[in-house]
Amino acid sequence: MSELIQKITMPKWGLSMQEGKVNGWLVHVGDTLRQGQEIVEIESDKIAGALESSVEGTLRRVLAQEDEVLPVGALLGVVAPAEVSDAEIDAFIEAFAAGFVPGEGSGADAGSRVQYAEIDGRRIAYTVQGDAGPALVLIHGYGGDKNNWLFNVDTLAERHTVYALDLPGHGDSDKALPADAGPAGMAQVVLGFMDALGLDAAHLVGHSFGGATALAAAQAAPQRVRRLHLIAPAGLGAEIDADYVRGFAATNSRKELGRLAARLFADEAQVTRALVDDLLKFKRLDGVPEALAAIAAALLDGDAQRMQLDLPPGVSATVIWGELDRIIPVAHATALTSAAVHVLPDAGHMVMMEAAREVNRLLGA
Amino acid sequence: MARKITYKQAINEALAQEMARDSSVIAMGEDNVGGAGAEGEKDAWGGVLGVTKGLYGRFGDRIMDTPISESAFIGAAVGAAACGMRPVAELMFVDFMGVCFDQIFNQAAKFRYMFGGKAVTPVVIRTMYGAGFRAAAQHSQCLYSMFAHIPGLKVVVPSTPYDAKGLMIQAIRDNDPVIFFEHKVLYTLEGEVPEGAYAIPFGEADVVHEGDDVTIVTLGRMVHFARDAAQTLAKRGIDCDVIDLRTISPLDEETILESVNRTGRLVVVDESSPRCNVATDIAALVAQKAFAALKAPIEQVTPPHVPVPFSDALEDLYVPDAARIAQAVTSVMEFKR
Repeated sequence: MSELIQKITMPKWGLSMQEGKVNGWLVHVGDTLRQGQEIVEIESDKIAGALESSVEGTLRRVLAQEDEVLPVGALLGVVAPAEVSDAEIDAFIEAFAAGFVPGEGSGADAGSRVQYAEIDGRRIAYTVQGDAGPALVLIHGYGGDKNNWLFNVDTLAERHTVYALDLPGHGDSDKALPADAGPAGMAQVVLGFMDALGLDAAHLVGHSFGGATALAAAQAAPQRVRRLHLIAPAGLGAEIDADYVRGFAATNSRKELGRLAARLFADEAQVTRALVDDLLKFKRLDGVPEALAAIAAALLDGDAQRMQLDLPPGVSATVIWGELDRIIPVAHATALTSAAVHVLPDAGHMVMMEAAREVNRLLGA
Repeated sequence: MARKITYKQAINEALAQEMARDSSVIAMGEDNVGGAGAEGEKDAWGGVLGVTKGLYGRFGDRIMDTPISESAFIGAAVGAAACGMRPVAELMFVDFMGVCFDQIFNQAAKFRYMFGGKAVTPVVIRTMYGAGFRAAAQHSQCLYSMFAHIPGLKVVVPSTPYDAKGLMIQAIRDNDPVIFFEHKVLYTLEGEVPEGAYAIPFGEADVVHEGDDVTIVTLGRMVHFARDAAQTLAKRGIDCDVIDLRTISPLDEETILESVNRTGRLVVVDESSPRCNVATDIAALVAQKAFAALKAPIEQVTPPHVPVPFSDALEDLYVPDAARIAQAVTSVMEFKR
């Protein structure tokens, strides 16, 4: 019967997460869980969010108590149909406890290992997770990195092979940029990445500047894009918060970075000291201020976006936007006439974090 | 960012990356090369605790062993800096610094000022400090406060591997003389450190624990005890800001004052002897500039005014710990006018 028993475990949100705190359950023992349903509030030292169920069925046991701090992979709850007896569940829990070593094994850990591809003499960092289903390439925005997808990767990996990369100048990738630091130049890096990984075609998911990059990749090689998923993309209109773009490149002050980062979210409480610390650490790396300034220059013409991009014929696209986006206005969402448009309430520019469940659903999880 | 290395490896990596980037960076000190060419383990020992291990193989003559003559090689490093090099000199234990005070206090610290800004002295003096290593009174002192007293010197006291690397890179790139304090007990501490080079600006404190009840200002090894205390206290409902100064010259007054103005209570934790130290300096700063905000007397947690004892039991008693810090925090919380 134990093959009918499914577990809910502490997720790994981001490369550095080793443990998480249980802030409270959103469901009770006896409830029927649906896939994608938010079931328990979790907080790491970096971020707080709700864990989505990856399983369907009846919640039979809740093992993690409120305020408890548990390692990644620890058993939080057990889901099983009614025909499984309590004794069998007890045995399952006991066996799990006996075999569980914090920080070891688990599928999530394999996906959180940073790997590198050499593209045009440049080291590009990425993670890959999931080994079933079509390839999904996640492209972060300006000043972001592969960790921006921390609430998406696990869920998406259930039905896709998910690649999350760091663009040049970002994350763990080399900081030297292509000669064209704009979307077209970055698109060549993404296509080179697909070559290196042996991906003939993939779904491209791009956020913000990464959205413009995905669009530019589709223009350069439409046959290699199964579908475009553009999340609050640049390149669809003139308006943008140019003060944010330039300020983020220029500042070294924690206070100023905190003030700027707050504009990324509808809920400013998302901007924790740890989040700002990570931004500061990124900005201190040799080559990063220069890289950001070069991208900002390629992105902006005065206070407006330099580039307006169109959907190439034959490529279908989904556009997802947070209704409360303060960086690029939601009005740009309808610029691509043939695209499917989804505007999500109560979310800002980082909509894939603030409305992770909806975004995951729209991305086909 | 997930890579973890030790405090010692972080300093080594900073030295290696800066030596690779800039050919004017050289390293020198007693045993910094240490037995190069000998068999196996004895090859290139890299200083008394191995911080510079491996650099000789990569950089050859740009790292050199010096005689046991601190006044000579610190003077040579200061002179080389005035002539365009960026030397990193290791003065094994800060306890021995007395024999070259003229080179540091009267020469290196004064050049920029006395030559009207026409000379720079980009020298870094690395040195081990601190108790807890069973090394007795002449190898255990915590003497950073003396250097903060001298205008013209920058004084750096990193507490983590991340800070050690970023502050060392900044120290090497800085055009002023920097005294860089490495706590010998922290050498084996592991932490996340980016592989790429990065510089942490001087005069920018780090807040390692947040809370609105009490401000704990500290540095170096004491940061870890203060954070432990803050975590224990949080469970009892007392929330502490823990400020890691990172550098004491320059000093991030803004972060200290902003915090004390919010909490109204200050505990300063300092591993150096209690008279004329960082604790008294911070206490004076707050008494002068944030007096109106204070709800309780300022508490100082320091060792007693005695030499560091050699007896294990006495040394353990000498060094401040998390329990003493928690006790000091509790006493300022309980203070009634």
